[in-house]
Amino acid sequence: MAKTVTKKNVKVLENINGVAKTNRLLVLKTYKIYIGGKFPRTESGRYYELKDSSGNLLANMCLSSRKDYRNAVVAARGASGPWAERAAFNRSQILYRIGEMLEGRRAQFVDELMQMGSSKLSAEQEVDLSIDRLIYYAGWCDKYTQIFSSINPVASAHFNFSVPEATGVVAAITSESTGLLGLVSIIAPVIAGGNSIIALASETHALCAISFAEVINSSDVPGGVVNIITGKEDELHKHMSTHMDVNSFIYAGSNAEHLKTIQVNAADNVKRILDYSKVEWNSEEGQSPYFISDHQETKTTWHPIENIGGSSSKY
Amino acid sequence: MAKKKQIEVDLNSGWAYAPAPESKGHIKIKPQYNQFIGGKFVKPSNGKYFDTINPANSEKLSSIALGNAKDVDKAVRAARKAYSEVWSKLSGKERGKYIFRIARLIQERAREFSVIESLDGGKTIRESRDVDVPLAANHFFYYAGWADKLEYAFPNKRPTSLGVAGQIIPWNFPLLMAAWKIAPALAAGNTVVLKPAETTSLTALKLAELIKDSGLPDGVVNIVTGFGDTGAAIVNHPDVNKVAFTGSTGVGKIIQRAIAGTNKKCTLELGGKAANIIFEDASINQAVEGIVNGIYFNQGHVCCAGSRLFVQESVYEEVIRKLKDRMNTLIVGDPMDKNTDIGAINSKEQLDIINKYIKIGQQEGAEFYQPACKLPQKGNWCPPTLFTNVSQSSRITQEEIFGPVLAVQTFRTVDEVIAKANNTPYGLSAGIWTDKGAKIFNMTTKMRAGVVWANTYNKFDPTSPFGGYKESGFGREGGLHGLSAYLNLN
Repeated sequence: MAKTVTKKNVKVLENINGVAKTNRLLVLKTYKIYIGGKFPRTESGRYYELKDSSGNLLANMCLSSRKDYRNAVVAARGASGPWAERAAFNRSQILYRIGEMLEGRRAQFVDELMQMGSSKLSAEQEVDLSIDRLIYYAGWCDKYTQIFSSINPVASAHFNFSVPEATGVVAAITSESTGLLGLVSIIAPVIAGGNSIIALASETHALCAISFAEVINSSDVPGGVVNIITGKEDELHKHMSTHMDVNSFIYAGSNAEHLKTIQVNAADNVKRILDYSKVEWNSEEGQSPYFISDHQETKTTWHPIENIGGSSSKY
Repeated sequence: MAKKKQIEVDLNSGWAYAPAPESKGHIKIKPQYNQFIGGKFVKPSNGKYFDTINPANSEKLSSIALGNAKDVDKAVRAARKAYSEVWSKLSGKERGKYIFRIARLIQERAREFSVIESLDGGKTIRESRDVDVPLAANHFFYYAGWADKLEYAFPNKRPTSLGVAGQIIPWNFPLLMAAWKIAPALAAGNTVVLKPAETTSLTALKLAELIKDSGLPDGVVNIVTGFGDTGAAIVNHPDVNKVAFTGSTGVGKIIQRAIAGTNKKCTLELGGKAANIIFEDASINQAVEGIVNGIYFNQGHVCCAGSRLFVQESVYEEVIRKLKDRMNTLIVGDPMDKNTDIGAINSKEQLDIINKYIKIGQQEGAEFYQPACKLPQKGNWCPPTLFTNVSQSSRITQEEIFGPVLAVQTFRTVDEVIAKANNTPYGLSAGIWTDKGAKIFNMTTKMRAGVVWANTYNKFDPTSPFGGYKESGFGREGGLHGLSAYLNLN
């Protein structure tokens, strides 16, 4: 089967013509969305056509609605606390597992990217970099806390320290041009830091976003930690940014007006806004522990030190 | 077991303190203050002034320039000029030495600043002398040392300054908030336009005099005075690169909206409604001190005040009895008296807000308690206030009052109190009282708040990052973390 789909559009053409070079009809996948560890179709029943460069139908993608997004936020909120409380080592292993699963399905993702217009070389590079990026952040899960923490030498008799903690629920409008890498580069640091996320996939490169949800779903990531919806940024950016139970918002699109609207709406509940619209995901600057700390709050804890009897620690 | 006889503290005999007023003789307050722009004290462009009042006797202390958008523009231009011509070219080492000078000058003039802070803001002299002014000096001292060490602060980054920082500060800790804003901004290599709150401009303007004495290049620090529209002019000025605001969540949201679509960097330190949680295994006497310090410190004009008290049911009666006893010993009155515990409410407007909430609490059916205390005839006063039997949905539990008003709820289990404590749009601070270490760490990690005090409350330090979760704002002030608010990390 792998052979039959290496050529661009073959799968669709074969289906439409009813003839298969392999002498069997291909079984095509219905692309759904990913909410709370399940694959529902959009509650709205709407779809949009994803086409290749020649105008052939690739898939009927879910045109997700405001209600789908709201459902995803509920799932994300429920998952965020327990996920943040997982041991950092455990989150690290799970991110590594996502990398393993993606590696195993490398051919499928290369194929999907090619169907959506990538050359073979660039598709392979994008998948390889996405896998490596997951491994990169898997390694950070139990290290960023040490990088961003501090013991604070206060002038009074107190023990005082600051540590990063997950911000909570993060919503993201992901990059339009890099359907897989742009998605992975946003999801990985957010969940490495113990947050849950609702990501709106690239509208025109949505195939591998949903296939990536399948990878997530088979990688021991608890349901609701990652939620992926497909649809139109134009329709959803307002609803996504007004939701009162979202703590933090990533914008990696390219529409300055949308970003401004999001920034205005964010003030309703003082969301943190991260503008990633200029980040080149396929370069070195596309990965860093600072993408983790972007979705961390600093907590400072004080406790008195009682100097009993005035004894010193000298010996 | 026989029921113990309840012993009440006798507060009616032998508890009187002789007056111990701080002298005001050595203080110089001019009849009129101008704005500090480009190293000079300049008159407001519209020629208008407003009064600053001593809230303890309602008497006028001085006149303050009423700055408008034109003055703000002048100040931003001065700050830009100083940034591009002088300050951004100076080495970190030299920047640091200027900031050290400012710290030293504050220490030298600490008594004067304390007295003026208490006169203008109503806070007790004991507090301004022991907390506000020393902490302000320490803050400059701390950040001075960072100026030539920035490359050590953020691994694998090359930090650069932002440019002109517009800063708006509240009236509850006037000098201290100015220090929190100015010190890290200068250390990071930025220049500053700062607006103090309209009721408490004096110490910021005294700080301007001191900055002039320090020889800091003209225009590096500019101070404009006025009301909300003056602040708005700073936020909206196109040549401001960074907005730093401390104040109410309502205004913070307006600012966040106003800078949408711009490249202005922003940090917000907003309101709070902190849970202060007393477990049955706490040292109750210490906890009662912590409750009092948590809510009645600085007349409750504290964004991180422990305004929601949660007491475990098994010790509820004991805690409330001891708390009421302790409240009866609190001295409300002349801020200049060294024995005073609770000074004057900062303004008539704030007193009205507090009284409105006290009325709401009573209307909502909560049990109201205030100790009998003699209040001065003139000025703005509010005795320490306690509401028991309040509900989670009550407005005095949900909304920030910013006064000496405590709302008390009870709980039985750890899970219950975690849920109740976090059930608020705010997330600035929290307090935990228990002698069990494992429980402390469980609770401190579960609180969705930026500062958690365990077995203590309302402690501040320049090295300690301060700031909120959720609608209490974003960004940190203090410590290494406070630097990132004033740097581009490339």
